[in-house]
Amino acid sequence: MTKITYIEHNGKEHTIDVQNGLTVMEGAVQNDIPGIDADCGGSMACATCHVYVKDEWYDKLDEKSEGEDDMIDQAYEPKKNSRLSCQITVSDKIEGLIVHLPEKQV
Amino acid sequence: MIKTDALIIGAGPTGLFTAHQLKIIGLDCQIVDNLDKIGGQCIELYPDKPIYDIPAIPECTGEELTQNLIKQLEPFKIKFHLKERVDEIKKDNNNWEVKTSNGTKFNTPNIIIAGGVGSFEPRKFPLKECEKFENKSIFYSVKNKKIFDDKTVTIFGGGDSALDWAIELSKNSKVNLVHRRDEFRGANATVDKVHELAKLGKINLLTKYQLSGAKGSSILESIEITHENKEVKTFKTDYVLGFFGLIMQLGPIANWGLNLNKKTIEVDTEKFETNQKGIYAVGDICTYPGKLKLILSGFHEGALAARACFKLAKPNEKYRFEFTTSSKTIKDRLGVKSD
Repeated sequence: MTKITYIEHNGKEHTIDVQNGLTVMEGAVQNDIPGIDADCGGSMACATCHVYVKDEWYDKLDEKSEGEDDMIDQAYEPKKNSRLSCQITVSDKIEGLIVHLPEKQV
Repeated sequence: MIKTDALIIGAGPTGLFTAHQLKIIGLDCQIVDNLDKIGGQCIELYPDKPIYDIPAIPECTGEELTQNLIKQLEPFKIKFHLKERVDEIKKDNNNWEVKTSNGTKFNTPNIIIAGGVGSFEPRKFPLKECEKFENKSIFYSVKNKKIFDDKTVTIFGGGDSALDWAIELSKNSKVNLVHRRDEFRGANATVDKVHELAKLGKINLLTKYQLSGAKGSSILESIEITHENKEVKTFKTDYVLGFFGLIMQLGPIANWGLNLNKKTIEVDTEKFETNQKGIYAVGDICTYPGKLKLILSGFHEGALAARACFKLAKPNEKYRFEFTTSSKTIKDRLGVKSD
């Protein structure tokens, strides 16, 4: 289990123990955290699990997957620290990760 | 008014195979889809991505799967209504009256919603002030390119649509191409062409910028864009085109009085019927205990919903189960020779 904090656009924080091996997206969906749609189910074919990764964490994560930036182009309000949460795998390495959710996904 | 035994909403794999199942049992049907092509998510989101879990097909792409489903439907000459979205439904005695965004009307006892995650719509600029210029100065698709002749057009986006239009419009317009990063995701030849035109001064390339403001009273006068490093540019433009791909929205379906669970429709697992008699939901858009969002589940759901349609379409006949291997009636419908 790894602690991940999801912060909604309105500031509401959810700190969840997510099973290692799941993705940050699955951690949110399984715990009913509002603000992650994940329409395509994690196949990197939409851009509705878009999150902003807190700066100090952004560089610690594994590199973006091939094609991830292409999908982020199609996200709602992409920023420099945008990621697709379906492409971040949960492991001990990211204990304490904080992600901010955009105002909306679509 | 088009009369049909069943109307299918959605031309993705589930909608296509559901049509096959309806025709096999002797019902007619028509298909409506908001996209301009057949195939749904398979063709729009992952035409080139391999799929490994279609029974008896070890590997195929979204496009190949679609082509094979279309081929399987060939004997039936199904009527497709593409680029139309079903907007309204209302009860008409025992039937449903359906109206699309183009004004096409259907009268049918059965509506099968095979809508995936909803209808595909263009993603728009997040800025509120863009709304008042929409379809006047700001567009998300091009209907008549002539209006851009001799004007300044600012195109946002980094995919093929943005690049293709930048190249095309640079012939007769002053074109700015704005993208949020340096890399473009279009075909290599297209990206090269854009860079070549930028060098020749035919396209003004502005990368790492995003739209941050739009000014004007009724028509757009100028826009503001902001660089990743916060630097701001303001300039005049007559038109803005945004190409950020498509998003999926449940759309009007949400207003039809169906029991929804998040963005999916609750159905039973016998007929895949919703809480409204004669309206079924199959594929990714339906939910029930144990639901799997797999294409193969959609095929099963469509086969059962098709049988349920029979009762309402032909109330005085009895549905009789038959195998395609042995039924002469089915072989006649398929146009193949019986032994």
